[in-house]
Amino acid sequence: MIHASNAPATADPTTYIQHHLHPLQAGQGFWTFNLDTLIVGALLALLLIWIAYVVARRPEQGVPGTLQNIVELIVEFVETQVNDTFLTRPSPLVGPLAFSIFTWVFLMNSMDFFPVDLIPKLTEMSGIDHFKVVATSDPHTTFALSLSVFLLTFFYNIKMKGVGNYFKGYLIHPFGKWLLPFNLFMTLVEEIAKPLSLALRLFGNMFAGELVFLLIAILPWWTLWIPGLVWSIFHVLVVTLQAFIFMVLTIMYLSMAHEVPQEDH
Amino acid sequence: MNVTATLLGQMITFSLLVIFIKEYLWGPLIQVLEDRKKRIADGLAAAERGHHERELGKKRALEIIREARDAATQMIEQAQARTRDIIEDSEDEARSAAERLITAARAEINMEMSRAKEQLRSQVITLAIAGAERILRKEVDAKDHEQMLTHLAANL
Repeated sequence: MIHASNAPATADPTTYIQHHLHPLQAGQGFWTFNLDTLIVGALLALLLIWIAYVVARRPEQGVPGTLQNIVELIVEFVETQVNDTFLTRPSPLVGPLAFSIFTWVFLMNSMDFFPVDLIPKLTEMSGIDHFKVVATSDPHTTFALSLSVFLLTFFYNIKMKGVGNYFKGYLIHPFGKWLLPFNLFMTLVEEIAKPLSLALRLFGNMFAGELVFLLIAILPWWTLWIPGLVWSIFHVLVVTLQAFIFMVLTIMYLSMAHEVPQEDH
Repeated sequence: MNVTATLLGQMITFSLLVIFIKEYLWGPLIQVLEDRKKRIADGLAAAERGHHERELGKKRALEIIREARDAATQMIEQAQARTRDIIEDSEDEARSAAERLITAARAEINMEMSRAKEQLRSQVITLAIAGAERILRKEVDAKDHEQMLTHLAANL
């Protein structure tokens, strides 16, 4: 990787962008760790854990303080979503899962608001070449979330429907038992497309957002504030919306996994 | 991008986060929200009841005032009636006292008249005897004619 940090960005845009999009890595082959992703993800998770600890250790029964108020707002919002979406009684894991997804994804997405050169420059001063801050623009993060959710749906499907019924569903839905190969094909496609789309949707949005910020950063400094401002404001919406969509889809997939199908054949 | 072990790292981080949130944040906070909802509902219900109580209290107060006023009016009327009775009684007493005095006076007058009549009668008797004595130029024996003369006097 060409170390181009001291050259002005406009001199060599390609290298600039490539440099910024390269993660901080250690190891080889499968055992490469994207350290920046892991560190940022872990730090933000620790932040959430700390806030949760502070708020929940002695919750104020009367009029809450500001932090507790915000956390309560989000908790109530998530709980309402879960209860509205679920047709059966939700498992107690669903609420906390949805809350964690929403807050963690939101925080990781929000790292995109820092100026593109700020944190990489700071880490460079301590000798680290690359540092991608937006953990969700690393597909590993989004796939980690998506795969975890799908493992859970798999377990809940088996738990609620039973092993036999679940796999029978592959053969019978959606067309009926005479079109068995079709059913199998369609259901398999659906079951693969769902986790894939969940992961790639978030990844695509965040990666593209970061890329646009980098492209804006290449513009001369006295013009870049206009598109920068516009894109930043739009990106606020995108950040929140993507976190929300991920959470809502998670809840929906989990609720579908909880459903016990009616005997209609 | 190729799949690396970062995937496992992130999954571990995520699982730990979810477990922590589930164990330490979710339960207490949901409880607090439920409790507060209940407190608000109770508070509103109590406020409604308080309103209602106030309305009833106001009505009761007006009633009490009215009763008091009626009682006062009644007492005044009673007092006035008593006054009138007392006045009437004293008038009656005065009247009867006057009547008694008049009767007593009349009785006395009658008595005086009878006494006077008696005195006159006896004087008339004496005069009649003296006259008859003169007329007859004889001494009349009072004793013989006493019976006739008393009869004359009685007819006066």
